[in-house]
Amino acid sequence: MQRIGVFVCWCGSNIAGTVDVRAVAEALSREPGVVFSCDYQYMCSKTGQDMIKDAVREHKLTGIVVCSCSPRMHEQTFRKTAAAAGLNPYMVEIANIREQCSWVHKDMIVGTEKAIILGRAAVAKVNLNSPLTPGESPVTKRALVIGGGIAGIQTALDIADAGFKVDIVEKKPTIGGKMAQLDKTFPTLDCAACILTPKMVDAAQHENIRIFSYSEVEEVRGFVGNFDVKIKKKARYVNEDICTGCGACVDKCPMKKVPNEFNLGMDMRRAIYIPFAQAVPKVATIDPSACNMLKNGKCGVCQKVCTAGAIDYTQKDEYIDEKYGAIVVATGYDPISLEKFDEYAYNQSKDVITSLEFERLTNAAGPTAGKLLRPSDGRHPEKIVFVQCVGSRCASCAEKGKEYCSKICCMYTAKHAMLTRDKYPDTEVYVFYIDVRTPGKSFDEFYRRAVEEYGVKYIKGTVGKVVPEGDKLLVQAADLLTNTQMHIDADLVVLAAAIEPDKSARSLATMLTASMDTNDFFTEAHPKLRPVESPTAGVFLSGACQGPKDIPETVSQAGAAASKVIGLLAKDKLIGNPCVASSNELMCNGCSSCERVCPYGAITYENKEFRMPDRTVKVRRVARVNPAVCQGCGCCTVTCPSGAMDLRGFENSQIMAEVDAICK
Amino acid sequence: MNNQALKKEILRMSGTDPMKCMACGKCTATCPAFDEMEYHPHQFVSMIKNANIAPLIRSESVYKCLTCFACAERCPRGVEPAKLIEAVRLVAIRPQGKNRMTAGDIAEKLDDDMPQQAIVAAFRKYTK
Repeated sequence: MQRIGVFVCWCGSNIAGTVDVRAVAEALSREPGVVFSCDYQYMCSKTGQDMIKDAVREHKLTGIVVCSCSPRMHEQTFRKTAAAAGLNPYMVEIANIREQCSWVHKDMIVGTEKAIILGRAAVAKVNLNSPLTPGESPVTKRALVIGGGIAGIQTALDIADAGFKVDIVEKKPTIGGKMAQLDKTFPTLDCAACILTPKMVDAAQHENIRIFSYSEVEEVRGFVGNFDVKIKKKARYVNEDICTGCGACVDKCPMKKVPNEFNLGMDMRRAIYIPFAQAVPKVATIDPSACNMLKNGKCGVCQKVCTAGAIDYTQKDEYIDEKYGAIVVATGYDPISLEKFDEYAYNQSKDVITSLEFERLTNAAGPTAGKLLRPSDGRHPEKIVFVQCVGSRCASCAEKGKEYCSKICCMYTAKHAMLTRDKYPDTEVYVFYIDVRTPGKSFDEFYRRAVEEYGVKYIKGTVGKVVPEGDKLLVQAADLLTNTQMHIDADLVVLAAAIEPDKSARSLATMLTASMDTNDFFTEAHPKLRPVESPTAGVFLSGACQGPKDIPETVSQAGAAASKVIGLLAKDKLIGNPCVASSNELMCNGCSSCERVCPYGAITYENKEFRMPDRTVKVRRVARVNPAVCQGCGCCTVTCPSGAMDLRGFENSQIMAEVDAICK
Repeated sequence: MNNQALKKEILRMSGTDPMKCMACGKCTATCPAFDEMEYHPHQFVSMIKNANIAPLIRSESVYKCLTCFACAERCPRGVEPAKLIEAVRLVAIRPQGKNRMTAGDIAEKLDDDMPQQAIVAAFRKYTK
């Protein structure tokens, strides 16, 4: 039999104003197992906690019920108090008589009655409580960062600087991501490569960082502190350790007509290539879909010209198994496909381009060496129309666009328009906007400069259609402020395409059992208070994989994610939550229902030998819960048809006792 | 009917929701009959939203709309202004008790370039 103490808190007048706390303490003193009860103004204060400690010692209490605020508020406080008095912290139950009682009732009689019932339920549960001890698990002091864009690089650098080992897995042949493709960055207009490439080199040279480029995560097992990850290193047919990045192979490769993905297909690369001059690692990669030697064994020029002997046509995909304590997702974004926007003629004219293509056209390392020339005829465009919100804020058709605002387009369009007017003052530049959204430091000032100093024509309205005619693009648009329809014979149309998470994000989320929203952005554990953690323990989020973000925001989030990882890796052992599921093997019928509903992959099945009453041995398939992975959500307990699965601290018998006490 | 009752009726008949409009103007940007219309598609949406219906009913714009549905097709918010204009036309024609156009009016309006479909559509549009 338990010896239970009941402590009723007034919470000043928060509870005492609508609940007769004396009456509650008095009524609960008559409940089975209760040997002591009292009330006090602020149970969470030091005096209140000392009252609890003294009562535990004086009355030899084995369990405690605190009738107070929500357990979210002070459960930890009272558990610590109990532990300080030598009691198992899981022998403490909170009856929430504030949020769920005094705050929602006005009538003292009703409020008091309900508070007594809630207290009675807690007492009934404590009567069935047993002490719980959390398990411990070790922490592998190495982090994995998936994605090598600015988010991944920054996260890796911050973790590595704190003294922990980090691996970056990047699916492209080089790290750098989208930022490497950009020309200038708003609002300060510093060159993207000038601020990014030193960071790329820092990452490559850091003693704590390993970069797996041209690699993908294949499989993730395990749990926080103990992830087992299989990484596929795709065959690049070049020995990374020997290749010096001299580029002789690239110059001599006869296969010259491969669309260059780094320049978004606006020029051609060879079958063997280095994505761009500052690539990290700066090694060549052979594209197996274009290389004649790999396709039909005819050629071999690159091998002949390579003085380092780095070319290896027999290279195979390689698999690396590594253990990690924490995983950071930094898979970034892509612009959406504009295939479905027929009205903008993206597929009909080369001179209708996306904003990312515009970045390459103005980039000194781009296909036009930084000269703004029309893709169709290489002429300088005299009239340029920028269209905002192409596919963003589009609620009518999920196949066509995205319902959310892509956040970065207003600013980069202002940048594009401003830079065009700066470099080519004779160009007429129109920007069609629905709203100009510039919430950020120095952002609105930047946009206003585009209008006031650079004479960019901002027009409130949208483009309705673009019709290629001759060498012009006829743009029909609305100017809502003058209530007119505009017809512009433009030379270039730039579409600010919505952005979406990288295509690989969904399969990765499945591997990590990390949750996503309907748009495939990774979900954070709390939208305000835990923005860089995924709800899955040990998985953290960095950059645009969590939602549209610009560079400053991505870098801050990357740093925040790194600090969370460092906090985790700095621990030698993780204290688990003892309120996890466990299966009664004698009752389990091996149906796999629990395994299917478990969102964390904590349940496995094993064949186990059972001695039967007649002394024979029978092998049965039973469920086994990995307590380190289990988060105690309870899905399995309600799914189990035979009642074999139970949640410690919230056992079926305890819940039923609470219900019985309430219905008494 | 007063403006509020008209608004209710128009929303019921059109089955669309002007509250979804984000004022991008793509309807008006798309409209091929813009020059003919006194009130443009985005104004229909905005005026119906604000229950300012009387001027729309009196306006010739409701008959100038070609019912091509380009605005409905391209509206990123699913407001479909063409359906709203169609509903305004019906609340204008029905209480008059007579059609906007009779079969006899057609001959003089015919034009060699006019597609067959337009004639059929017009007849449908201008009758109660």
